[in-house]
Amino acid sequence: MKTAYEYVLAARAKDRLTGLDFINGLFLNFIELHGDRRFADDPAIIGGVAYLEDIPVTVLATEKGRDTKSRIKRNFGTPNPEGYRKALRLMKQAEKFGRPVICIVDTSGAFCGIGAEERGQGHAIAENLAEMMALKTPVLSILIGEGGSGGALALAVADEVWMLENAVYSVISPEGCANILWRDPEKAAEAAQNLKLTAQNVQALGVVERIVPENSKEPIKMFENLALEIKEWYKKSVSLSPDELTERRYERFRKMGV
Amino acid sequence: MPFNPMFRKPKNELEKGGRPSKRVESDVEMTQNCPSCGNANPIAELWENLHVCSNCGYCFRLTARQRIGYLTDRDSFKELFAEIESRDPIGFPGYSDKLEQMKKTAREPEAVVCGVAEIDEEPCAMFVMEPYFMMGSMGAAVGEKITRLFEYAEERTLPVIGCTVSGGARMQEGIVSLMQMAKTSGAVKRHSSAGNFYLTLLTDPTTGGVTASFAMQGDILMAEPGAIIGFAGARVVEQTVRKKLPPGFQKAELLLEHGFVDMIVPRADQKRIISSLLAMHKRRGSDEDGV
Repeated sequence: MKTAYEYVLAARAKDRLTGLDFINGLFLNFIELHGDRRFADDPAIIGGVAYLEDIPVTVLATEKGRDTKSRIKRNFGTPNPEGYRKALRLMKQAEKFGRPVICIVDTSGAFCGIGAEERGQGHAIAENLAEMMALKTPVLSILIGEGGSGGALALAVADEVWMLENAVYSVISPEGCANILWRDPEKAAEAAQNLKLTAQNVQALGVVERIVPENSKEPIKMFENLALEIKEWYKKSVSLSPDELTERRYERFRKMGV
Repeated sequence: MPFNPMFRKPKNELEKGGRPSKRVESDVEMTQNCPSCGNANPIAELWENLHVCSNCGYCFRLTARQRIGYLTDRDSFKELFAEIESRDPIGFPGYSDKLEQMKKTAREPEAVVCGVAEIDEEPCAMFVMEPYFMMGSMGAAVGEKITRLFEYAEERTLPVIGCTVSGGARMQEGIVSLMQMAKTSGAVKRHSSAGNFYLTLLTDPTTGGVTASFAMQGDILMAEPGAIIGFAGARVVEQTVRKKLPPGFQKAELLLEHGFVDMIVPRADQKRIISSLLAMHKRRGSDEDGV
């Protein structure tokens, strides 16, 4: 049995498949679209259009990078407000053209920088949460590694949320939690255990619908299966009217909590 | 009028200069020192001044009930959903005990107080967060109460006035607390799409998951002078970027400069401006509905 913290480390592993791998593994003809039309393009979130077999889809993915150079370029997968605003722009575009939105999420969280705060990080996330809730097109989010707090949730207000078996989803990093509670980041393993952040824990709490088995030896197989499942999900979703879709999405989150 | 130490004749050379010294306390009156300028504010005067420092204008932290008292018409506030309390959804060590302790010290069952009220006779739904209950953090109970308030207001086409003060999502409730950000956002969005008005009064501090959800979703964002409003904690930002933070970082005044709040309103003017805005956003035909 793996401990919760071992799941955290697996989710963060350097050789783990990144957002870009999933875009290439799941979709055909991906065409990247850049920029938030307000300030900048954020390389930590990749967005664009592609085919899922023969279905045009809008794809959004956080990207951590694979080596030092690309990690720096991608800001280690921690988005600035521009990333969330680009994502929202492309989601609205998907709504206009009736395309489903597929979000691939792997981030330790939204970037905690001076500029990020000055350009309204909280506002950007808040806007995505509200707008995604009302988006009149199907939305699916797949957590593939780290699901870090509000920065991950800003791409995960979806009709269904799936998690890879080694992914984690948490309100705070175990290190952050240990630091606040015991002023000791070394106790991260204990905090991870208490936060109930593994895919199984999170599914038991009703926060994700499906756990996706991983196959590190044959990732192509995993992508093939996952693409089939996404297509099945899409078939189910298109049979619903836009109002039914948003009503169900609202009810999905409405029942979480007390 | 109570005695104002600001205009007192200086007792000695030192007092002529900067801050009035603590020795003002010898005036027998009970005082509370301003955390910002050190001025000793007589308690009675502080209540008259809406808990604002008479010397520097610093806004003292208010309990939810104090703020409701300052903002709403006398006896108009009717509390709703007070029965909703936090459980311990992920069995977090020590959390149940902490909740019990908080209920005693904060004398509130949770970190938000919801209800309906009148502000200069303008009816509204209202939520006010409670800083003395786990720093106004949002768990399932806070999320549920705010969600219900927006649903209640939407059914009755009432505007919502929301006063925020919060450290963010309540980590002791794990992923369940994170989901409250989505849940409340959904309720705000529905209330908004139905054409209803929502104003947030951002007070010190409003941070984390509350900033990144309903605090920033108002039609009008009003901030209290000097309030810290941000997503990440200042210390976390400093550690991340390894730079000294610029002066005024995350202060309401800087947010105004960057275009992220509509206005900064001193406490004494808040009631008047909020009621004017409520009157301007009155739903047409809502008077007829009432008759």
